[in-house]
Amino acid sequence: MINFQNINKTYRVAKRKAGFGNAVKALFSREYELVHALNDVSFTIRDGEMVGYIGPNGAGKSTTIKIMCGILTPDSGLCDIGGRTPWKERVAHVREIGVVFGQRSQLWWDVPVIDSFELIRDIYKVDEKLYKHNLDELSALLDLTELLKTPARSLSLGQRMRCEIAASLLHNPKILFLDEPTIGLDAVSKIAVRHFIKKLNIEHGTTVILTTHDMQDIEALTERILLIGKGRILLDGSLAELKKRSSERKTLVVEYNGNSPEIGEGMTLSEAKEGRLVIVLDPAVLSVSNAIAHLAAQTELTDVSVSGVTAEEMVAALYKEYRI
Amino acid sequence: MKTYLAIFRIRFIHGVQYRIVVFSRLFTGFLWGMMMVLAYLAFYRANPTNFPMELSQLVSYMWMQQVLLILFSVVFTDNEIESSVENGSIAYELVRPADLYGRWFSRACASRVAFTVFSLPMLIVVLLLPEPYGMSLPPDIFQFMMFLPSVILALGVTVSFTMLMYVTMFYTISFGGVYVMVIAATAFFTGAVVPFPFLPPPVRTVLEVLPFAAMQNMPLRIYSGNIAGTDALRGIVFQIFWLVLLIAAGKLLMHRALKKVIVQGG
Repeated sequence: MINFQNINKTYRVAKRKAGFGNAVKALFSREYELVHALNDVSFTIRDGEMVGYIGPNGAGKSTTIKIMCGILTPDSGLCDIGGRTPWKERVAHVREIGVVFGQRSQLWWDVPVIDSFELIRDIYKVDEKLYKHNLDELSALLDLTELLKTPARSLSLGQRMRCEIAASLLHNPKILFLDEPTIGLDAVSKIAVRHFIKKLNIEHGTTVILTTHDMQDIEALTERILLIGKGRILLDGSLAELKKRSSERKTLVVEYNGNSPEIGEGMTLSEAKEGRLVIVLDPAVLSVSNAIAHLAAQTELTDVSVSGVTAEEMVAALYKEYRI
Repeated sequence: MKTYLAIFRIRFIHGVQYRIVVFSRLFTGFLWGMMMVLAYLAFYRANPTNFPMELSQLVSYMWMQQVLLILFSVVFTDNEIESSVENGSIAYELVRPADLYGRWFSRACASRVAFTVFSLPMLIVVLLLPEPYGMSLPPDIFQFMMFLPSVILALGVTVSFTMLMYVTMFYTISFGGVYVMVIAATAFFTGAVVPFPFLPPPVRTVLEVLPFAAMQNMPLRIYSGNIAGTDALRGIVFQIFWLVLLIAAGKLLMHRALKKVIVQGG
């Protein structure tokens, strides 16, 4: 159980204007600006939950993760993770958690990945049998067998990221923090990683906290979303709930042969090309099946696709709504 | 302890990969050593009575210094430690359930040992060189038995000083400035350029109580027989004193720095 209560964190950032004169001036006196990274942030996460933590750049996501990992001390507030305050009992706390910082690497650059894994085994004092079991399982699920003997420097970004995720799980952590884990992954790796995280959560009951800008990650993985902006928690709810809040309009893409059909009431044309129309539909006025029937009556349809609002659009709308 | 051995192991594996670096180090070490020996020989020939060390002691000092150069180098630093502070991968170091000081200490020792292992063949070559150019064996078995712990202690003192440099990085982020200052200071204060007996007495009295005197100065002079008998024992106690003090200071300062550290960026 993670209990985050009234946490505040302010950074002092040195700023100066561009140019040589200002650079010289900054040698003698610097101007600082206070950045309120977190402003009275509170939330609770139950064991075994999978939470997506989203927000625009600079909203305070990584700051929250760093505090929960115990590597950053907040200015004020309480944080209780499994009965411990992370930054006060860092060493005991970090034994129970796994972290993937998508932007950084924990593998030794010049030695084969397996050597890094063995080092992690020794640092966490993982039992040999358990290590073997975890390694086999992770290699199978993340398809690492071939990669383990390769030095980290020769791996591609996606391959390395799979190894990073495995490295964070060798000691069976109860909580997994993923800070942009799918950054730079190709479609196949992304799906593999998502599938894997889901499996981990279901089979081992690992609590997963995920920050990402990839809304498909959120859609595929998390039930619950925390939205943070300008250092405040703005929304806390399920993805379905959020979707309901935003508009229910559908997007209809049709391809046709022959005459261009006339659009009816409740439809708005958003894009028209020879043989292809993109129509925004308000289901309150015209149902989807009626809309398709209406179009089919006029021309020969070769392809029809209907989609709701994507998570991407929804989040963009939320950011706009809260002006963050 | 197992943790630290594991770190020592991986850093060692990591260090022995760089063959070309090792060979070029051997080559320059040999040339530099030869040059120093020839230069001091010229001084000796000009005025043997005013020479503060026996010639054979000095030659042994010079060669052993070249063989163990990296082992006793304060500024033989670990790029990965530096860049981890500069680019923030230190975040990963901080989420490990083990003491950071101990882990960095073992890393720093391992990289020096890995390098030095490959310098050992140079020992054979310099022992085989003819008089007066070659290195001699220690005067007796006692000196040799004192030399061994002294080497290990000197490595410890050197690394614990390097650790202080690492701690300053938490405040300055960049390593460059401290690095340059320490290079300048240690080259002279440790006896790396000129052995202590050659320094004027007032300078010597000051330098001999500084922690730098507990680094290469001690084992090299014990090996060559310049510090012998009970003086050697006293030297080892002196080394232990500085080792304990520097480690305590380093741990304390690192503890304080880590409370305030902010890993920047996303």
